[in-house]
Amino acid sequence: MVDSIMRIQKLYKSFGALKATDDVSLDLRKGEIHALIGPNGAGKSTLISQIAGSLKPDSGQIFLDGEDITQLSVAARAVKGLGRCFQVSSLAMPLSVRRNVMIASQAITGSSFRFWKAVESDKALIAAADEAIDMVGLLDRADEPASYLSHGERRQLEVGCALALKPKLLLLDEPMAGLGAGGSERLTGLLESLKLDIPILLIEHDMDAVFRLADRISVLVYGQIVAQGTSHKIRHDPLVREAYLGSSDLDVTGEVYD
Amino acid sequence: MINSITSLNFTKNMSRESWVNLLLLVVIVSVPIIATLMDEVYYVNLSTRIIIIAMAAVGLNFALGFGGMVSFGHAAFFGLGGYVAGIAAFHSFEGTLFLGLIPASDQMLLIWPVALLGAAMIALLIGAISLRTQGVYFIMITLAFAQMIYYFSISLTTYGGEDGLSIILRNNFAIGNSNNPLHFFALCFFALLMSLWLSHRMVGSRFGAALTMAKLNETRLATAGIEPYSIRLVAFVVSAMITAFAGALFADLNGFVDPSMLSWHRSGEIIVIVVLGGVGRLFGPIAGAIAFVLLETFLGGFTDRWQLFLGLVLLGVVLFARGGLIGLMTGNARHG
Repeated sequence: MVDSIMRIQKLYKSFGALKATDDVSLDLRKGEIHALIGPNGAGKSTLISQIAGSLKPDSGQIFLDGEDITQLSVAARAVKGLGRCFQVSSLAMPLSVRRNVMIASQAITGSSFRFWKAVESDKALIAAADEAIDMVGLLDRADEPASYLSHGERRQLEVGCALALKPKLLLLDEPMAGLGAGGSERLTGLLESLKLDIPILLIEHDMDAVFRLADRISVLVYGQIVAQGTSHKIRHDPLVREAYLGSSDLDVTGEVYD
Repeated sequence: MINSITSLNFTKNMSRESWVNLLLLVVIVSVPIIATLMDEVYYVNLSTRIIIIAMAAVGLNFALGFGGMVSFGHAAFFGLGGYVAGIAAFHSFEGTLFLGLIPASDQMLLIWPVALLGAAMIALLIGAISLRTQGVYFIMITLAFAQMIYYFSISLTTYGGEDGLSIILRNNFAIGNSNNPLHFFALCFFALLMSLWLSHRMVGSRFGAALTMAKLNETRLATAGIEPYSIRLVAFVVSAMITAFAGALFADLNGFVDPSMLSWHRSGEIIVIVVLGGVGRLFGPIAGAIAFVLLETFLGGFTDRWQLFLGLVLLGVVLFARGGLIGLMTGNARHG
C-alpha cells in the first residue's frame, strides 16, 4: 500500500435506488497496470467518471499521491497528474495532431492566461508536445489534422495528449475498443513500455489484452468489487466465473477459462 | 508550419484572405478621404459609422467566433459605453457632478477607461452567471441580463429616460479636433485597428489556443488541465470591453444616446453582422458592417422594409457561404 500512486477509499455513488458504486476501494501501485473489468452495467463508467472528476461521489475519498483530490475539478486533477483517455476519442478534429497535444503541454508549462506571445513561436511548448507525440509514434504526422488519422492512430494521439501532461498515472477507458489486431498490438506494446514510469488503470473489455497486460485485476459487478488480485488469481477465481456466467458476456468466460 | 490546418492546407487561401483584408482597409480609408476632398461630410460620417459598428462586432466576434459563445446581450455593453460617453458629456457641459459627487470630464482619454472598466465589471458579473449554462440557455440568460440593463437605462430620468440624452458638444481627444469629421474618423479607425490587432494577437496566444479548444472540444480542454469556464469568462469580458469601446465612440459620433442602443434588436444586429461577415474571421466584422450599413442606408432610403432584403442576404450567406462574405471573397467557405 505504501507505494500506491492512487488510492480509492470506500467510494459510494447512487442514482436513486441504483447503487452504481457501492463501497469501492482500490489502489494503483507504482509500475503496474491495474485492470478494472466487469460485465456491461457493472458501473465501470460511473467509477471512471468519479476518478476523473466529472462526477462527484456521494461519499468516500480519492487520493492521488497521498493528496485528497475528491473535491477537485477535472482540470485541477489533470494538472495534479491524472492523465485520461476516453472510450470515445475526444480530440479537436480540425486541429493538427501537434495542436491537440500542445494544449496539454500548455497546462503544465505555465499559465494559459498569456495573451500576447504566439504559441506558434513558443519553442519550449512545441518541444514538450513533440516529445509526447514521438512517444506515441506520430511525429511524422504532427502537422496533419486529427481528422486525417485512422481510428487506431487517434487512440495513440489520445494517449499522447495524456502523456503531454507528464502524468503520475494514466486512466484508460477501453483503449482497445474498435482497434484491429495490428492496432491493438501496437497499443499493447506502447502501454507495456509506459507502465514502469506511469502506472495505468485500465478499463478494458478485450480480455486478451487484459490478461496480457495487467499485473492486477479488480472485478466490478453491480457496483461492487467482487474480486481483486493478480492476473493469475483472477483467472482462476470461481466467483469471477460465476459473475461472468451470470451475465451475457459469454465471450469473456471463454477467454478466462481457455 | 506549426499552425493547425490553416497553414497546412490553406496557405494559398490565407494569403488571399490577407489581400482581401487589406483591400477592405484601403476601401474604408479612401472613401472618407475622397469624400472630404469632395466636401461630402455625409460619407465621412457614414464611413465612421461603419467603422464603429464593425468594432462592436469585432468585440462580439471574439466571444462568438473564436470562443463559440453566442451572446445575445452585447448591445448592453455597446449601450453602456455609449451612456458613459453621454453622461460625461452631459455633466461636463452642465458643469455638474455625476451623482452629485464625481466631477465629469469631456476628455475621451478619461472617459474610455471608465467605459472599459465599467463594461469589464458588468461583463464579469453577467459572464460568471451566464457561463454556467450553454447553448440556448446561454443565449437566453445574456438576453435577460441585457434587457434588465435596457430597462434600467429607461429609468434614468436624469439622462432623458426613454427619450435619450443629447451630447451637445462632442467629447475631446488629446490630439486633433474631434469635431472635424475626418479627424474623428481617423480616431475611430485607429481604435478599430487596435481592436483587430488585439484580437489577432490574443487568438494566436496561449490563451487563444485554450479558447479555440473550449469552442471545439471542452472536454479535451478540461482533460488537458485547463478550466474551460475561466478561459471563457475572460474572453467574454474582453469581448464586452471592445464592444463598449465602440459604444462610447458611437455616442460621440451621433451626438446622442438613448436606450435603443441597448435594445435586443441591436444585439441581434451585431450577431447578424458577425455572421454576415464570417464567424471567427478576423476581418469578418468589417465586411459584415460594410454590407449591413450600406443596405441599411441605401435600401433604407428606398424602402422601410429594407430588412426584408437583409434577411434574404443573410439567408443566402448562411445557406451557401458558411464562411460569410470573407469566405465568399477568399473562395474558402470553411465553417466558422
